[in-house]
Amino acid sequence: MTRYSLEIRIKPRPGLLDPEGKAIHHALHSLGWGEVDEVRVGKVLYLDLDADSEAAAAEAATAMCRKLLANPVTEDFEVAVTGALEGAGS
Amino acid sequence: MKAAVVTFPGSNGDYDLYKAAQQVGFETDFVWHRERGLDDYDLVLLPGGFSYGDYLRAGAIARMSPIMEDVVAFASKGGPVLGICNGFQTLCESGLLPGALVRNDVLRFQGMDVRIRVERTDLAFTSGYEEGQVLRIPIAHGEGNFEADKDTLERLEGEGRVVFRYVDRHGNPTDEANPNGSWHNIAGITNEAGNVLGMMPHPERATESILGSDDGLSLFSSLAASVPALST
Repeated sequence: MTRYSLEIRIKPRPGLLDPEGKAIHHALHSLGWGEVDEVRVGKVLYLDLDADSEAAAAEAATAMCRKLLANPVTEDFEVAVTGALEGAGS
Repeated sequence: MKAAVVTFPGSNGDYDLYKAAQQVGFETDFVWHRERGLDDYDLVLLPGGFSYGDYLRAGAIARMSPIMEDVVAFASKGGPVLGICNGFQTLCESGLLPGALVRNDVLRFQGMDVRIRVERTDLAFTSGYEEGQVLRIPIAHGEGNFEADKDTLERLEGEGRVVFRYVDRHGNPTDEANPNGSWHNIAGITNEAGNVLGMMPHPERATESILGSDDGLSLFSSLAASVPALST
């Protein structure tokens, strides 16, 4: 078993109104960053889990996103394996 | 004639809903989210509140509760299910209703009386209203902005599944009358079979004139009138 670190990035689906992103966009403009075209606000979940392989770890995280972590109506997600610690876990 | 009010950690509309159901003659029980079994009931009510602190997404964790499997089974047998506010969000998360409720476009929690128009009166929930009737009902939510993909939204309108819409005093669904940015001023929708209703406004908080409005009472008395026929 290897302990993998994963990052799950959840973001609002394109075309969906993101009021929080819009408010931040306004704030950036009023601070002088007029070059900012669009702001979208999502979230990142950091997970550590034990799995037999990197692919198995990513597959488990994808299943978690489908079942609970992301809402397919409003959100897209990406799973990235960011680290592995051999021999960890039991 | 029995009603179940399903209670989650963080529910806060459960007592109001309990009282509204009792007021129209339902023998009413609270059913804790970890309990199982709704076979003895004729009506299932999902209250408003902030189940699990709205963590992850409003209703996302509540819908994983053991009792939700029974709610889905109850609904698929045609049993009437009403979800209000957080209950509506939970019904969407569970897949019993399409779409999702996202952050209000005004980025504020909206707590106020609104006007909603009754779009359908052929449902167990609304038979006591007149079509086009305008009700004054309170809202209290930060995430009531109804969203879905374009096909779903068009299907909802095409199939007449919008039950309530935010309107102005003249009954017109204007942008000003829309408190949260919901598409087409949607305040409540039903499923294809018409036995599951989700709505953001709180009819259970408008059941006595001393509360400012009793326009919500007819929703519960409609259910009291329809439910006996449904369960036979």
